[in-house]
Amino acid sequence: MKVRTILATKGTKVITIHPEQSLEEAARLMAEHNIGALVVVDEAGHPVGIVSERDIVRAVAKGILSGLVSQLMTKDVIIGLPQDDLISVAHTMTEKRFRHLPIMEHGALVGIVSIRDVVESQRDQYQGEIDTLQTQIIADDA
Amino acid sequence: MSEVGTDANPLRVAIIGAGPSGFYVADHLFRQRDFSVAIDMFDRLPTPFGLVRAGVAPDHQKIKSVTKVFDGIALRPQFRFYGNVEFGTHITLADLRKYYHQICYTTGAQSDRRLGIPGEDLQGSHPATEFVAWYNGHPDFRDCQFDLSQERVAVVGIGNVAVDVARILCRTPDELVKTDIADYALEALSRSQVKEVYLLGRRGPAQAAFTTPECKELGELADAYVMTLPEEVELDDLSRAALDHSPDQATIKKIEILQEYASRKPMGKSRQLALRFLVSPTELFGDEAGQVVKMRVVRNVLYATEAGTLRPQSTDQFETLPVGLVFRSVGYHGLPLPGVPFNEKWGVIVNRKGRVVNTDTQQPVAGEYTAGWIKRGPTGVIGTNKPDAAETVACMLADAAEDLILHAAQPEADALEALVRKRQPDCFTYADWQRLDELEVARGEAVGRPRVKFTSVKDMLAALGR
Ligand SMILES: Cc1cc2nc3c(=O)[nH]c(=O)nc-3n(C[C@H](O)[C@H](O)[C@H](O)COP(=O)(O)OP(=O)(O)OC[C@H]3O[C@@H](n4cnc5c(N)ncnc54)[C@H](O)[C@@H]3O)c2cc1C
Ligand SMILES: NC(=O)c1ccc[n+]([C@@H]2O[C@H](COP(=O)([O-])OP(=O)(O)OC[C@H]3O[C@@H](n4cnc5c(N)ncnc54)[C@H](OP(=O)(O)O)[C@@H]3O)[C@@H](O)[C@H]2O)c1
Repeated sequence: MKVRTILATKGTKVITIHPEQSLEEAARLMAEHNIGALVVVDEAGHPVGIVSERDIVRAVAKGILSGLVSQLMTKDVIIGLPQDDLISVAHTMTEKRFRHLPIMEHGALVGIVSIRDVVESQRDQYQGEIDTLQTQIIADDA
Repeated sequence: MSEVGTDANPLRVAIIGAGPSGFYVADHLFRQRDFSVAIDMFDRLPTPFGLVRAGVAPDHQKIKSVTKVFDGIALRPQFRFYGNVEFGTHITLADLRKYYHQICYTTGAQSDRRLGIPGEDLQGSHPATEFVAWYNGHPDFRDCQFDLSQERVAVVGIGNVAVDVARILCRTPDELVKTDIADYALEALSRSQVKEVYLLGRRGPAQAAFTTPECKELGELADAYVMTLPEEVELDDLSRAALDHSPDQATIKKIEILQEYASRKPMGKSRQLALRFLVSPTELFGDEAGQVVKMRVVRNVLYATEAGTLRPQSTDQFETLPVGLVFRSVGYHGLPLPGVPFNEKWGVIVNRKGRVVNTDTQQPVAGEYTAGWIKRGPTGVIGTNKPDAAETVACMLADAAEDLILHAAQPEADALEALVRKRQPDCFTYADWQRLDELEVARGEAVGRPRVKFTSVKDMLAALGR
């Protein structure tokens, strides 16, 4: 299964923020959209980083309450493709310890997948195989 | 008017498409207790079950028994089937909005993805989707022609569909006659001159999309021997490292099987099936008449994307395969429905968790939902559509509880029935289908086959005396 399968039912809208916006604005956007991370984009809409709720928690813990997004974002953000295999993505996310993967296609942001999306998708895939067998067993008993 | 969802005024739902996802949506709706529901299911074909009838390989009869579970759903009193009724032709979105509170699209993926290489449209190069629909007796494809006098055939792609196609090409008439393959296909395949089949994967054995049991089955064909090239089934460093990190047992087993195929000998079998890896077709060449005569393929190496996927990259080494028939099996592709927001690139209805979403506003479209292949794309087995349908039905019920439904002007069962009969006098009910089913099985029994399908709408009508 590929990343595209997740995006197909998740939607391709990505909530973004600019590096010069404030930490408070980031927190507000996350709360408003009920999401755990924002893709940080430059003027041209190109991703330059990612900022997560963890980054905010860490900043607040350090007493930074009025910083800029550019100060807390992760800069070397890993970008995925719609045709990436979920099994590889799952491995990379656990190995490199990040939870959100922005997806780009032909130079444009087309979505973001979280580790939770990936795990749920893999679970549904196994569940699907079980459900096929189960449907067949019910049929054979009928 | 009384509240919607009561016995007197049930929640009326139209399901468009009678494949597995349509039936799983119906099942989940019938299983809940909060609303009384009445379901009408439409299909453009007279017969139900979608790809279970027209996709699943005829030599995999056992899996087709799932239709008995679908029968159980269809026989519920609050369920009606309208076969031979096409959304967009006989009924429109505007019609449905008058008669239903909710509409769910489960139309599957009706077309194919293209390779995008020169020569793709030469005579003798076909999408596997058409061959599959043809051998399964889909009425729209019964008149397709495939030149089985060719000795060498390439199947591009290494998903389970490609494996189905290769296996059917390699089966003997004795093996095929035990199945419900369309009778014209049985006849054509019995006269087949095919000697060599190439199954072409652009990546390596560790990335093969086909599943392990399907891979194993290729080694058990009565009169075809399967082979791989030792150098192509040996894992490259990147694949080895990926597998060491996440040792998926099914993949490990699959690779073992593929490596064992490298040491097999012909053993006097009349056909050869070659599983090739790390090759991509770059061009098809034709003769003066425009008929495919060969295919050029390039050798690939694998590289890792940022997110860790191993993807193919072409080298400067080419090879020519002298094939006269080509099946492109690189995936299905959904088609848009009139008036329904669609993502052309991915071939899916624009949706969030099954709620149809307006492309411009990104807001849900009231009363419209989707499930199955047209919702998430053409992947997954029959049962995958069950959790998928459950997700959609959860949205349908949550919206119904908030009264976010269509305010159908005429939510009466009879009014709809009259409209459908006027628009499509030749529509089929579930009872009609059950009669056809009995007749098909009886025709099969007479000749020792599981069933002999009716493959044209005209024959189906005639069989019912219409
Ligand atoms: C070749 C092949 C072999 C397969 N083999 C297996 C297997 O062995 N085991 C397994 O578990 N899975 C198998 N699968 C996968 C399985 O078939 C799919 O997961 C499943 O059928 C998808 O269900 P669906 O309901 O979304 O689509 P479909 O099964 O395609 O059903 C869609 C239905 O919608 C109807 N429709 C389309 N457009 C309209 C319209 N405009 N108006 C009215 N009706 C319309 C179609 O006629 C069709 O009946 C196979 C798939 C393929 C392609
Ligand atoms: N017996 C069964 O249970 C059964 C039978 C049939 C189908 N099904 C299911 O139905 C679904 C659809 O099957 P499918 O075989 O159509 O799809 P699939 O599993 O997605 O396989 C598609 C294949 O095409 C290849 N491909 C795509 N683009 C290509 C290109 N440009 N050049 C070369 N190769 C290309 C893919 O390679 P990459 O991986 O490199 O992209 C992959 O090998 C699957 O989920 C399948 O499991 C199940």
